[in-house]
Amino acid sequence: MNAPGNAAVARAAKPVRHFEMPRTFGGRLWFLRYTLGRRATQLSILIAFFGTAHWGWTVAGEPLLAGNLSAAKIAGAIPMADPFAVLQMLAARHWLATEVLVGAAVVLALYLVLGGRTFCGWVCPMSIVTDAAEWTRARLGLRADVLHVTPAARYVALALTLALSAAAGIAAFEWVSPIAMLHRELIFGAGLGLTAAVGVFAFDLAIVRRGWCGHVCPLGAFWALVGRAGQVAVKYDAASCTRCGDCVKACPEPRVLNFGTLAEAGRVPSGECLNCGKCIAVCPESSLRFGLRATGRIDEHI
Amino acid sequence: MAKPDPNRREFLARTAQGVAVAVCGGLVWNAFLAQSARAAPDALRPPGAKGEADFNATCIKCGLCVEACPYRTLKLAKVAAKAPLGTPYFEPREVPCYMCPSVPCAKACPTGALDREIGDIATARMGLAVVDPEHCLSWQGLRCEVCYRVCPVQGKAITVDPHPRQLSKHAIFVPVVHSDACTGCGLCEKACPTELASVRVVQPSLVQGKIGEHYRLGWREDQPPAPSAATPPPPSAAPAVPPKAAPGVDYLNRGGGL
Repeated sequence: MNAPGNAAVARAAKPVRHFEMPRTFGGRLWFLRYTLGRRATQLSILIAFFGTAHWGWTVAGEPLLAGNLSAAKIAGAIPMADPFAVLQMLAARHWLATEVLVGAAVVLALYLVLGGRTFCGWVCPMSIVTDAAEWTRARLGLRADVLHVTPAARYVALALTLALSAAAGIAAFEWVSPIAMLHRELIFGAGLGLTAAVGVFAFDLAIVRRGWCGHVCPLGAFWALVGRAGQVAVKYDAASCTRCGDCVKACPEPRVLNFGTLAEAGRVPSGECLNCGKCIAVCPESSLRFGLRATGRIDEHI
Repeated sequence: MAKPDPNRREFLARTAQGVAVAVCGGLVWNAFLAQSARAAPDALRPPGAKGEADFNATCIKCGLCVEACPYRTLKLAKVAAKAPLGTPYFEPREVPCYMCPSVPCAKACPTGALDREIGDIATARMGLAVVDPEHCLSWQGLRCEVCYRVCPVQGKAITVDPHPRQLSKHAIFVPVVHSDACTGCGLCEKACPTELASVRVVQPSLVQGKIGEHYRLGWREDQPPAPSAATPPPPSAAPAVPPKAAPGVDYLNRGGGL
């Protein structure tokens, strides 16, 4: 099937329509379906951790969800661990107990199915803070950045994290991570989390747009590399797309939406995609939707 | 040679800039890590904790030990606490370690920063109790001995020993801590009735000395006797070689002067 050819025909035939915010409450709710879903996921994970730590929530007599995003245990049986934290500790030349290695493998396998940066978009509590900064930016009409930082800086941060872990003999990012601080503070009340959140908010608001999640965070870079092999992806139908560009405006990682590579791959091909669904909600032609990478192109089975 | 390509020049300049930023950031970051991960000698860690440097490197700061503790003894360190941010520790004057026989905290540790194979909790060495004789009630001649009575390794970690009192025929009875049995649980510190605890649990490295290999306490039965003039060297061997079991400086007996 010659998809780019079809797209060219469709573009010639179809007038460009832009996205319009629905006027009805239900319509707006539908528009926000992915955002609401992400918030619900983020908050329910947080509440499950909090409830287990403070209110003794159990399932079958075992703690429901003990620990935090660094390492956790579901129902006293399934270990989970942050593979990036484990990688840093191994880079620091410390061998670890089997449980945390299994836990890291479990989480890695989960996100290999879901697409790596699904963590960033749907689980990480810091994305609530950075989304709030972006929202505030839009309300204030802030456009200028104080600094120019390339989005590839995160990969430098990732390399630096591993190099410093090896040099200092401790997990370099875990010792400074504002994400870990925020999450620990929300669950255990242990220090600096609010400060870290305010810092990241200010950085995103004033210094670099989408600065933390989109440019600097080495954890995001780690998941972006994993995400290249992710199975859930935003699929793209070149035939119905009019290239209005609304998706690019809505996307927190606009680098990933390149119409050429989209048409070629039939999906968002980059690991940096958060699977946040903002582009899907905003697309006036429904040319974007979630799908499994293995199921082929949208236009093939319509 | 061809003229340098301006794009290539630009690219090289940008790369150099990026490397410089990364190096600056890395140096600051590294300095911070070296500062914050230095051994915190004040922190009392959960039972079975590795040595401070290894503990800092392997603790993932998940709080599973904190949640496993039934007495809420353990907490994750806040800013400017006695331990590095986010790592577990306890303060015995608030809540001591009640030495659960099953050691649930150590067994909850996913990384092995706490020894999950820890057997008997009495083998744990979280710290060492130290008595302040200037303020301890027993040392003033009162029959307090509360620390002795609350000690879970009773009669071994703390004993009450007679001690002569100035110009008096009567003795006083003072608590004496034995490091070979003290687990550092802190029940004594919690129970001490003085306004500020007169027995404290601290990291052994802060208070414990080391005699050194070259001292020979020959009068003690657990130490090998020094070779002396009373035991003449075998006639064939000259000069005498000190027995290997008693290492140390013995040049005065070796003959041949300095």
